[in-house]
Amino acid sequence: MKYAGLLVMPAGFFLAIAALVLFPAPASRAAFVVCGLAVEALGLVVAVRGHMEARGESHS
Amino acid sequence: MNPTLTSPTAPALSEAAFALCLVLLMLAPLAIAGVALVNTGLGRSRSAAQALLGNLLVVSVTAIVFALVGATLTGSLPGAPGGPGHIFQLAGKPWNWLGAGTYFLGGLGIAPPQAQIALIFEFLSVAMAALIPWGSGADRLKLTAGAAIAAVLAAIVFPLAAHWIWTGGWLSQLGVNFSLGAGFLDPGGAASVHVLGGVSALAVIWITGSRKGKFPKEGFSTAMPGHNAVYVVFGCLLALVGWLAFNAAGAVLWLHAPLGALPVTAINTLLSASAAGAATFVVTRIRFGKPDASLCANGWLTGLVASSASAALVTPAAALFIGFIAGVATPLLVEVLELAVSIDDPSGALSVHAFGGLWGLVAAGIFSGSGSQFIAQLVGVAALLGIFLPLVYLLFWVLNRWVPFRADSDGERIGMDLHELGGGAYPEFVIHRDDSYR
Repeated sequence: MKYAGLLVMPAGFFLAIAALVLFPAPASRAAFVVCGLAVEALGLVVAVRGHMEARGESHS
Repeated sequence: MNPTLTSPTAPALSEAAFALCLVLLMLAPLAIAGVALVNTGLGRSRSAAQALLGNLLVVSVTAIVFALVGATLTGSLPGAPGGPGHIFQLAGKPWNWLGAGTYFLGGLGIAPPQAQIALIFEFLSVAMAALIPWGSGADRLKLTAGAAIAAVLAAIVFPLAAHWIWTGGWLSQLGVNFSLGAGFLDPGGAASVHVLGGVSALAVIWITGSRKGKFPKEGFSTAMPGHNAVYVVFGCLLALVGWLAFNAAGAVLWLHAPLGALPVTAINTLLSASAAGAATFVVTRIRFGKPDASLCANGWLTGLVASSASAALVTPAAALFIGFIAGVATPLLVEVLELAVSIDDPSGALSVHAFGGLWGLVAAGIFSGSGSQFIAQLVGVAALLGIFLPLVYLLFWVLNRWVPFRADSDGERIGMDLHELGGGAYPEFVIHRDDSYR
């Protein structure tokens, strides 16, 4: 699960880069960059959850 | 926004600016010394000598590896004429993704003064970045692992970030290529030093695991307070001097700020740290009934880290606000990370360096008053989280197979001083029995 989260994070980065290339208008560009950051945050949350689960398993 | 802001072209340094930057960069190692003291003080007494020696080792390794490999990839000393870096074209825009400097610091003596000063700044920055994960691995990370981590950061990761942000890489060119303000701005190293160090710390914590007894099978996590609050608080005061130097030199080097703008940068640095320290004092006083020395120190450092991004770019009132938010958030984040997320981070690197750096970078965009500058800052943050966290985790995961990070359980039990050095930091002190093992 941690690895899945870490793999999602670059996807968010590429979304932000795609926003630069595809959207010259500031509003849509900003929206896509924020979406990219949201995807990264999601990946980070999944990775953190993976860390917590792994810790729980090591104690059981 | 601070009216001294930035021109996209890099004017040559005047002799006065060169001399001032040189003097400032002689003071900047005090920031490294301060962070080293904080790292040591927040660890346990039975690992203090190993922790402080590790700081020295990390600085040594980063200097050597950066000279041999990293400086080439950073591209501070341009190699072939007209060859500023490795560039590919995408959507009709140049993407400069890796520096192409001379090998082994060749041509350093005849390089322009600006390039020489930039190189000193980078040497000190990479040392600071590598100290951050070392502090997070306190009490269980081996010296060989600390050295290996420092080598990887100095050879690959830091040069990539420094080139993207400082020496003509694609993030610094966002303004030219995509009309995003003045490009991604990070004059004091909030991104390339502190966020990079913070994500490296997270990778080290995940790979190394928590200290033995930190998270027992039942109940809350065990408190493992730092062994020397005097080191920690004195380290903060020492760090202030270094940070003033880093931020002022960074403003001249990377923003091309005139010398007349440096007092504002220095005052903003002090205000940010002061507001953060005071805010943490109040929050811990309310939260625990008494102020907590180590958390206040962490709050102060978070304010300094946030100032790395913003001090040269914002007004004093904004610097106060940035520091205040940093100081309020730090103790809460430390608590959440430990109690809710089970992250054992003895030095508080994630709260101080990762959060502080990210908040400073975003705040610099908010207070720039320009929407396009704000987007540039967000793109930089996206690169730091989306590329560098997975990259350092992957590199450290591979490295851990080759150079195991964690000391064996016996080493943790007797302390890293005895285990790795054969003697303690305080041989005449009575070492009390440790009740934390359950």
